Amino acid sequence: MSKEWPLWEVFIRSQHGLAHKHVGSLHAPDGEMAINNARDVYTRRNEGVGIWVVRAADIVSSSPGDKGALFEPANNKVYRHPTFFPMPEEVKNL
Amino acid sequence: MLDKATYVRRLGDNALILSQRLSEWCGKGPALEEDMALTNVALDLIGQARLWLAYAAELEGAGRSEDQLAFLRDAHQFSNLLLVEQPNGNYADTLVRQFFFDAWHYFLLNELAKSSDPRIVEIALKSIKEVTYHVRRSGDLIVRLGDGTDLSRRMVQQAVDQLWMYTGELFSSDAADQAMVQEGAAPATEMIRTQWLQHVQEILGEATLQTPPADAWMQSGGKQGKHTEHLGYLLAEMQFLQRAYPGASW
Repeated sequence: MSKEWPLWEVFIRSQHGLAHKHVGSLHAPDGEMAINNARDVYTRRNEGVGIWVVRAADIVSSSPGDKGALFEPANNKVYRHPTFFPMPEEVKNL
Repeated sequence: MLDKATYVRRLGDNALILSQRLSEWCGKGPALEEDMALTNVALDLIGQARLWLAYAAELEGAGRSEDQLAFLRDAHQFSNLLLVEQPNGNYADTLVRQFFFDAWHYFLLNELAKSSDPRIVEIALKSIKEVTYHVRRSGDLIVRLGDGTDLSRRMVQQAVDQLWMYTGELFSSDAADQAMVQEGAAPATEMIRTQWLQHVQEILGEATLQTPPADAWMQSGGKQGKHTEHLGYLLAEMQFLQRAYPGASW
């Protein structure tokens, strides 16, 4: 049965977290059942307060082969990294 | 007091026996997602069974614990509904059994949440959150499978027709039920029946399935300890460990 169902990626917003975080994937015939299944598969230990599901086929992904062109130029521009500023203790989640 | 003990023990037995049945699917579900969903329901029910049986044990005041009630009684001492002890069959059988039960469970718990007994209110309120999800899930699946392929529709209709005769008992009323109603501790079964029938007809209609006649001949006896032959086998498996190694614990 599951072979005919499309794959969905599951994102859970945790109790304390700010943004939805990818937790895994599952199979389901449609979005409503994907939410139900995500609830059953990924929130059994009270992990979340919100669920997103998205068809894996709808995700546009960068190609591993483009890694160099996409990410390496940032490496040698040290002035882009905010490492010169001391962070105040109170500032979290930055 | 004894009427209340009987009433509460029945609630515990229903949750316990259905939970054991659902657990039989563990690792064998038609899809990983379904397997986990169904065993989640089983876990919810075992939690509820513990609460009810612990209270029933207190009410009967015979010094028995919830574990002793679960593992050291024989079939004729169990008071669960015949519906919940029916074998899993195929997946349609399991889902229809669940759908009939969940709908009844949901409406009953909503009324028990207004009980004159604070302990019953407490357990009902805790259970409602879980059961609200159960009833939504099982109804949703009945609609999907009923209004699905020719094969799924036929199988769900068959399960509905076969299990229908066990639904009358959900609303049967004996001395223990009547005593509870008089005390304001439980709702009249007739009231739950009206709500249940309406919900079941609505969902089955949406699923393009036929609802069998409400006045069909119905089985009964489970509440009084007269069970189908299936319960003994279920108990043999569930109780094996405590029977073979009395008092064994983690």
